[in-house]
Amino acid sequence: MHDFTRRSLLQGGTALAATGMLTGPALLDFAKAWAQSAPWKAEPGAKLTVMRWKRFVPAEDDAFNAMVVAFKAATGTEMNVFSESFEDVQPKASVAANTGSGLDLAWGLHTLPQLFPTKVLKMNDVADYLGNKYGGWTEAAAKTCKQGNDWLGIPVATIGGYLTYRKSAVEKAGFKQVPSDFPAYLELCKALKANNTPAGFALGHATGDANAWVHNILWGFNGWTVDKDDKVIINSPETMKALDYAKALSETFIPGVASWNDSSNNKAFLSGELYLTSNGISIYVAAKDDPSKKELADDIDHALWPVGPIGKPTELQLAVPILAFNFCKYPNAAKAFIAFMLEKENFEKWLSGARGYLTHTLNAYDSAPVWTADPKNAVFGQASKRALPASGIGTPGEKAATAIADFIVVDMFANYCTGAKDGKTAMAEAERQLKRIYR
Amino acid sequence: MADIALAPRRAKTEIREASAWDQLRHNKNWLGFWFMLPAMAFLIFFLAYPLGLGVWLSFTDTRIGRVGHFIGTENYEWLWDDSIFWLSVFNTLLYTSIASAIKFAVGLYLALLLNERMPFKALLRAAVLIPFIVPTVLSALAFWWIFDSQFSIISWSLKHLGLITQNINFLGDTTWARICVIFANIWRGVPFVAITLLAGLQTVQPSLYEAATLDGASRWQMFRFITYPLLTPIIAVVMTFSVLFTFTDFQLIWAMTRGGPVNATHLMATLSYQRAIIAGQLGEGAAISSAMIPFLLAAIMVSWFGLQRRKWQQGESND
Repeated sequence: MHDFTRRSLLQGGTALAATGMLTGPALLDFAKAWAQSAPWKAEPGAKLTVMRWKRFVPAEDDAFNAMVVAFKAATGTEMNVFSESFEDVQPKASVAANTGSGLDLAWGLHTLPQLFPTKVLKMNDVADYLGNKYGGWTEAAAKTCKQGNDWLGIPVATIGGYLTYRKSAVEKAGFKQVPSDFPAYLELCKALKANNTPAGFALGHATGDANAWVHNILWGFNGWTVDKDDKVIINSPETMKALDYAKALSETFIPGVASWNDSSNNKAFLSGELYLTSNGISIYVAAKDDPSKKELADDIDHALWPVGPIGKPTELQLAVPILAFNFCKYPNAAKAFIAFMLEKENFEKWLSGARGYLTHTLNAYDSAPVWTADPKNAVFGQASKRALPASGIGTPGEKAATAIADFIVVDMFANYCTGAKDGKTAMAEAERQLKRIYR
Repeated sequence: MADIALAPRRAKTEIREASAWDQLRHNKNWLGFWFMLPAMAFLIFFLAYPLGLGVWLSFTDTRIGRVGHFIGTENYEWLWDDSIFWLSVFNTLLYTSIASAIKFAVGLYLALLLNERMPFKALLRAAVLIPFIVPTVLSALAFWWIFDSQFSIISWSLKHLGLITQNINFLGDTTWARICVIFANIWRGVPFVAITLLAGLQTVQPSLYEAATLDGASRWQMFRFITYPLLTPIIAVVMTFSVLFTFTDFQLIWAMTRGGPVNATHLMATLSYQRAIIAGQLGEGAAISSAMIPFLLAAIMVSWFGLQRRKWQQGESND
């Protein structure tokens, strides 16, 4: 839990001021004016308990907290914010949903609101308000949060995951940049391995990193877990092609990827053992912030995921939707807070604080200063637009979320790439599990 | 006469029959029941109810945040054909049997060693407990670093000694990963076995050893015919607990491998957590948990009947 003491506020304020943010009195003035005119008036004496995922970039947390404080001051709403690590957000939110108490708002990952559609406060009015004001929502973000015509939550942002690579290594391998098609991309990885500057992508139970690259390949070959009617179609020649390609690719990886979790590639990349991987912008940010790693930071660049034979981007990006539970006693305060966060005066500063780690889902923020502040950030600005929902072409919802959470696709690829199972068995196993989920 | 005859009869009626309530009031068993009630309520509320609820959930299709419906044995039928479930059963049995056996051997050896007279005995005995004191998650994180695929201190040392050229793929290779998690479990579990057995050793009367020495028994004979028989009841209890703890282990695996690589270290407990809490399928997760019960009961039964038999307790064939 954060205790907003004067000191922590001052510290937050200075950090924000350093990046040129609206802070202190100015933010408070805006908050007060906003609270006057906002469509949702916080109930008198409202209290909100907010759970969020633990930040990776400190300045993002500072920006978030500054908004919380301003909201509290402007509306009189008591705010109790605490953060949980990625893995714990969903179980805790689930327990709150099950017991009907403990939390009012949960800011989580992927399709969190779809896990308990009957327990959330419908956000249609908030979504319409923001969508109309800021150029509409990106397609994947909207799909992630919607059930039919109802908004179960608000897609606050996307944590973009893209290729992080060392320019020198890619150039040495004979490429100007990371190729955008699958065959050349494989050639690049082969060359990287030959130069002893290997690529590496997690094949362990790494929610973010492992799911990202296997789905890019699976979808790129037009392989899908389910079709648009949610019929399981994983066991297909397309999937087999994707498996074969992934296997060829994985043979070029640094050893140990089968044991990797979400932080493993960060460590390996920053220590200079890994030269191409998939990640959020956090590797670059960490390198930038460490004066001893200046050379590394200069050498790092980012690239979009390659596009497969299907001919269009197939990226699984990590959505971070926020939801309010329907047992929250102060629904208007909850809606007001969510809308407040996404107003331009707040959100652009927040994006800057996140330093590329968060990507907007409202189209108007394409022009947010963070994407031009550092040219290496620009790639991540496209995450929400190029993403497909976690369900691929199927219906986003709790079934798709379950399939991702149970690592069905990751395990299928890991089984085949490590040689633990042949392709037919790996696909049949995934098919059987998916059929159970989609029964 | 008639008066006299009447009087006692009247007196007799004054002694009324003991009512059911009177009988109950003076019944010691009834009183005992009331004394037992708080403890019973405690056990039912905190042990039987959660267990019963878990078993009930396993017969439903409950998902997190949604009430389930009774679906009979469908979860179990599905698990019966689920290769990952059977892999986790195999892993659990492998993990438990190997880790328990080694923990017993090493623990007994340590206990015997610590029972000898030696300098700094108290200090050494305390030191043995250290792995037990460190919170499991912390030791698991330490092992995770020790066995890291890129930064393993073991790989690093061996590389610098020139013994290997490439990092050992500790947690990325199925066999290695199993060895690593079992090793971590042994490291953590040995102190419990060692210290408890040491306590047992101290109850063995020295006079028995003196007598044996006078009879010219060798060290091995002394162990085999005095120490071991007198230690068996303790061994039965310790090993039951050790097996139960190992069988239901969760933290070590979850912190080190998350059940990977390719589910090679998924135990029933971790698979149950992944399916029930992470993926939200409470019913199926509960079924996996419930499937652990027969195994655990079997482990308890073995030691229970073992404890009942005097042969086990006293090492003689007089049962």
